[in-house]
Amino acid sequence: MTAAFDTTARQAWMGLLARAIPARLEQLFPDLPPHDMLRPPEVGAVMVQGRAGGTGQPFNLGEVTVTRCALRLASGAVGHAHVQGRDKAHATRAAVLDALLQTDAAAPLRASVLAPLEAEETARRATRAAKAAATRVEFFTLVRGEDQ
Amino acid sequence: MTPEALTGGFADAPVQSAHAFRAALEALSRPATIHSLHGATPPEPLSVAAGVLILTLCDATTPVHLAGDHDCPALRDWITFHCGAPLVAAQEASFAVGRWEALQPVARFAIGQPDYPDRAATLIVEMPELSSEGPRLRGPGIDGIATLSLPESAAFIANRGLFPLGFDCFLTAGASVAGLPRSTRVEDV
Amino acid sequence: MYVAVKGGERAIDSAHAWLAEERRGDLSIAELSVPQIRAQLALAVNRVMAEGSLYDPDLAALAIKQSRGDLIEAVFLIRAYRTTLPRFGASRPVETAQMAVIRRISATFKDLPGGQILGPTFDYTHRLLDFKLAAEGDAPPAAATAPAGLAAVPRVTDFLNRDGMIETEARSDATPPDLTREPMEMPSQRPLRLQALTRGDEGFILSLAYSTQRGYGRTHAFVGELRIGMVAVQMDIPELGFAVDIGEVELTECETVNQFKGSKTEPPQFTRGYGLVFGQTERKAIAMSLVDRALRWKELGEENIGAPAQDEEFVLMHADNVQATGFLEHIKLPHYVDFQSELELIRRLRADVFATQEAAE
Repeated sequence: MTAAFDTTARQAWMGLLARAIPARLEQLFPDLPPHDMLRPPEVGAVMVQGRAGGTGQPFNLGEVTVTRCALRLASGAVGHAHVQGRDKAHATRAAVLDALLQTDAAAPLRASVLAPLEAEETARRATRAAKAAATRVEFFTLVRGEDQ
Repeated sequence: MTPEALTGGFADAPVQSAHAFRAALEALSRPATIHSLHGATPPEPLSVAAGVLILTLCDATTPVHLAGDHDCPALRDWITFHCGAPLVAAQEASFAVGRWEALQPVARFAIGQPDYPDRAATLIVEMPELSSEGPRLRGPGIDGIATLSLPESAAFIANRGLFPLGFDCFLTAGASVAGLPRSTRVEDV
Repeated sequence: MYVAVKGGERAIDSAHAWLAEERRGDLSIAELSVPQIRAQLALAVNRVMAEGSLYDPDLAALAIKQSRGDLIEAVFLIRAYRTTLPRFGASRPVETAQMAVIRRISATFKDLPGGQILGPTFDYTHRLLDFKLAAEGDAPPAAATAPAGLAAVPRVTDFLNRDGMIETEARSDATPPDLTREPMEMPSQRPLRLQALTRGDEGFILSLAYSTQRGYGRTHAFVGELRIGMVAVQMDIPELGFAVDIGEVELTECETVNQFKGSKTEPPQFTRGYGLVFGQTERKAIAMSLVDRALRWKELGEENIGAPAQDEEFVLMHADNVQATGFLEHIKLPHYVDFQSELELIRRLRADVFATQEAAE
């Protein structure tokens, strides 16, 4: 039932699913298999912490809305999701995928869901980075004085 | 984490926790009245009432102490998953759960500070049964005299002596709960 | 005598109905949608998220719509909403060094590794009204792009740290105090102050920071680095036993480098002020870093010259605009009985004064 995966891989797909645009995720994976809720989708808040000076003592910056969900598929696989925002369908879909990705169904889902999400996210980041790069200041120094 | 730990929580947390909170509030504000709590099916040895109280009152900011038999992997996992409450030693606990004997000595629990009396522990005492037969109680929220089956009297008399500091208690058995706040005077019989 | 007064209900209902009508305004003008506010009034949304202390752009945009653009009222709505949310826990401290920057400038080093990246800034605009915006429908030309990598840019303070020229931040993993859960206690530690400042009113923090520049607790601040961009939010999930990314937030971070001649306890070196705020909120982040630095006088062994920005109780207790507006505006609500007693007091005092005068004559 369970396919081989390591924690790093699972962290990566859970993060990718959490950051996905909910509508796009639904497009890529529209139909949910039957599942039992262990923790029905619930909206709450997580306190985001920063560090003084970026590297020092932690402090509370403010909260972010988060929806979490835990469920079990008919196969017994358990999926969890903690996703930013208040979209319960997003959290449910992410939890179902988390469960499926731990099973033999993982390989096709990696290709049909994770790969496009990852490519699109990278493209979005690259676009912003490219616009930022265009605003990088290229200083040119005027040579002054006698001793050239 | 065991699969059992993931089950037995609230199915409709906002509504069920609001009902439970109301019942807990009633229990504490009218000491010795017995109320029922439903909606959770925690693993043994936790009672339904204690399970509902923990789901309703505990979260990541309320350290919980599990005393005696209650400190078992199934219960630790259940609380971690459903509440996210850190599990700690008795001295650091906001909430402590266990049978009365296991909670001894109760003097180790937080009783608050003079400027912050609210920083005290709440004990959830698991009882074999809960009835209106027992020591006589007086105090705020009691019209005259009430009676409740307490595990003993001396500890509660000593706790009342600390007022306005002191711990507060819920007594639980099965789906029943009664409250015993630090303000209640227990008569020695 | 206390007289209970009833009868305002119908008036209040009518006032609410009229408020709703006024909010919508002229029906011949298209209604403003929440996505429009979110997308096109993004800096107002950012301010509401920062001071509301809840990162959720859709909610902030809704609050702005509902409050008719009154941003403090919108902050109030967000604060009220957040009290209804269960707290799932705290994130790991965000790694701002890993920020995907859209803006990153330094006033202290011209040629810093990673370069000066201006980003979408107002700085070099001429502050001339653009009447072309009054005409609707034209999409602006696409922003220019240039080849870029996705690697993080290093921090300015790290270069200075290498020479021991600037104080180092002591790293810790202590659980910070949370003023939304426990009342603030004075004297305060820096983590509590930073929380109060980041959610404090922008106008108040700005004015305090300005007062330090004008000499009321001068801190000789330079912007060592200002960066804006997205940062991952990572949380430990107890039932999984590992941390996952739950999303990402846009942050503005400002680190000031402050001249410091040394004190009895500290050697001469540069010291630091820190600002970190939700969203693209540059003015607030710079102001926060100046006020943070001013409040650090005690730990750096500096002199307290009695400046407002050095007085932590003054700063922390008056920074919150929801608290401030609540107390300020309550004085317009019925105080008929209080006032009646004042009236009687003044009448009696006047009668006494007149009686004394008459007797003297």
